[in-house]
Amino acid sequence: MIRRTGYHVAMSIVSFLWVAPILWVIVISFRSFDDVAANGLGSLPHSFTLSTYKSAWEDADEFRALINSLLVTIPAVLLSLGLASIAAYGLARYSIPFRRTILLLMLMGNLLPPQILLIPISRFVELIGYYDTLIALIAVHVGFGLGFYTFVLHGFMRDLPREIQEAATIDGAGPGRIYSSVILPLTRPALAALGALSFTWIFNDLLWSITVIRSGEKMPVTPALLGLQGLFVSSWNVIAAGTVIAAVPTVAVFLRFQKHFVGGLAIGAVK
Amino acid sequence: MTATAVESRSRTGSGSASRSRRRGVSPLILAFVLVPFVIEAIWVFWPALQGFWLALTSWDGLSAPRFIGFGNFGDMVSDPIFRTALKNTAIWLVLFGGLSVIGGFGMALLLQRERRGVGIYRAALFTPVVFSLVVTALIWRVFYQPDGLVDTVFRTVGLGNFVRPWLADPDTALYAVIVPALWRQIGYVMVLYLAGLKAVDPALYEAAKVDGASAWQRTRYVTIPQLKGVNSVVLSVIVIDSLRSFDIVWSMTKGGPYHSSELLSTYMYSTAFQSTQLGYASALAVVIFVLALAVILGYLIRAFREES
Repeated sequence: MIRRTGYHVAMSIVSFLWVAPILWVIVISFRSFDDVAANGLGSLPHSFTLSTYKSAWEDADEFRALINSLLVTIPAVLLSLGLASIAAYGLARYSIPFRRTILLLMLMGNLLPPQILLIPISRFVELIGYYDTLIALIAVHVGFGLGFYTFVLHGFMRDLPREIQEAATIDGAGPGRIYSSVILPLTRPALAALGALSFTWIFNDLLWSITVIRSGEKMPVTPALLGLQGLFVSSWNVIAAGTVIAAVPTVAVFLRFQKHFVGGLAIGAVK
Repeated sequence: MTATAVESRSRTGSGSASRSRRRGVSPLILAFVLVPFVIEAIWVFWPALQGFWLALTSWDGLSAPRFIGFGNFGDMVSDPIFRTALKNTAIWLVLFGGLSVIGGFGMALLLQRERRGVGIYRAALFTPVVFSLVVTALIWRVFYQPDGLVDTVFRTVGLGNFVRPWLADPDTALYAVIVPALWRQIGYVMVLYLAGLKAVDPALYEAAKVDGASAWQRTRYVTIPQLKGVNSVVLSVIVIDSLRSFDIVWSMTKGGPYHSSELLSTYMYSTAFQSTQLGYASALAVVIFVLALAVILGYLIRAFREES
C-alpha cells in the first residue's frame, strides 16, 4: 500500500516536471510585454493578453508559414505513402528479380545521413529550375522518405495471408485491382501509423527547408519560427506564442491518431 | 529462417499465381516497383554519389569544381574547428545517446505494467516527442534567458553562483543544448522499450517468480536478455540520430559561441551554405557518412535477417 502510494507520488512528480516546460511556455505566451519586462520570465504571471498571438500570427506572418507547411506536408505524405505502398506491394507479393536487394537499397537510402545529400540536392533543384519552390521541398521529402515507408509497408503486406490474393486472382482480378481493393484496405493500420508519423516528420523539418527554400514568404513554419527571433528580439512572450502556434498542427495529428502514432514509432523499431 | 525457406514457401504457392510468376512479372508490377525506386535514385542515390565526388574537389560554387584528391581530408587534420566538432559529436553520442537509453529504459521498466494512472505518466513523458526540435529549442531558450526559469530556480534554492548565460558561455553551451535534446528523446526511447517489453513472454516472468527470483533478478536475467533485438535497434537509432542531430543545435546556438557547441552536422552546414566551401563541406559530410556506415550496416544486417 505504502509502496504503491510512493510509486504514484514519484511518477506524478516526474510526469509533472516533464510537462512543466510546455505549460510554462504556454503561460508566458499569454503574458504582456510590460509584465515580462517588470517581473522577468521566471516569475508567475501578472497579466493576461492575446496580443502576443496577434503579433505572431499577423506581424510575423505565421499564418502564411503554416499554410506553406501544410502545402508541403499533405502532398508529401500522400505521395510518399502512395509510392511506397505500390513498391511494397510489388516487392512483397510478387517475385520481382533482386527484390531483396532493391528493398535493402531503398532502406539504405533512407538511413544515409542527409548531410551527404544537401549540397548535390540544392544544386540539382537549382539546375532544374525549382530552387526556392515548395515543389522542390515536396520532392525531397518524398525521395528521402520512400525507403523507410516501403520497408515498413513491405513487412506488413508480406504477412497478409496468401489465400486472399489467390481468391481474388481466381475471380479474375489483375494485379492493379488486387492492390487497390484487396491489399491496400488490409494495410490501413500501417498506413495510418506511417501517415501520422510522416506528417510530424515532414511538418517539423528544418534542415531541408533551409536548404532548398530561400525567400521568407515561402518558408514553412519551422524555419519561420526561427526567424521570429530576429523579428521580436527578446520579446520572448511573442516567441512563446509563435512556438505554441507552430506546435498546434502536430499536436492535433497526435491527439487524433494517438494510438497509430505511438504504434508507428514502435513498428519502425521493433519490426 | 533463411532465404531458401522463403523461396520454397513461395514456390509451393499454388495455382495461377505461381504460373504467372514463372512466366515473369507483369509490366504493371514492374512499374509499381521501378517508379518509386527511380524517384529515390534521383533524389537520394545519385546525389549521394555526387556528394562523394565533390568531397574530392575544391569548389566555391561559382567556378567549376577542381579535383584535389584527398586534400580536403588532409586539411581536416589541422583544422581546429573540425577537431572541436568531432570531439563534441563524440560527447553528444555518449551523453545524449547514453542518457536517453538509460532514461528511456528506466522509464519503460517503471511504466511497463498496466495499472491505474500509468497511461497518464506515459503520455506525459511522451508529449515532447510530438514537438519539432525547433519548438523544443525555443521552449528551452526561453528558460535559459538571464531572467528565465532556470536561473530563477537556482536563485530560489540558494545556488545563485550557478547562474550564468547558459547558451552564451562556451563552457556550458553544449550541455545546455543536450538537456532539451534528452527531454525529447527519452520519451521516444521509452516507447521503443515499452514495445519490446510487451513482446516478452509473460510466462517467463511467472516461471522466474515461481523459482523465487527477486524483482531485480527478474529484470537482470529475464528482461534484459529478452530485449537483445530492441537494444540493437535502439542503439542504431541513437547513433544515427546523434550523427544527424542538427536542428536543436542550430536553433539554440548555431554551434557557438566560438564553436563550443559545434557538431559535425552544424559545421558541415555552415561550411557549405555560409562560407560556401562546398568541397570541404562535402568531405565533412563523408566523415559523417563513414561514422554512420558501421551502424547502418549493422542495422541492415539485422533488417536483412528479419526479412527472411
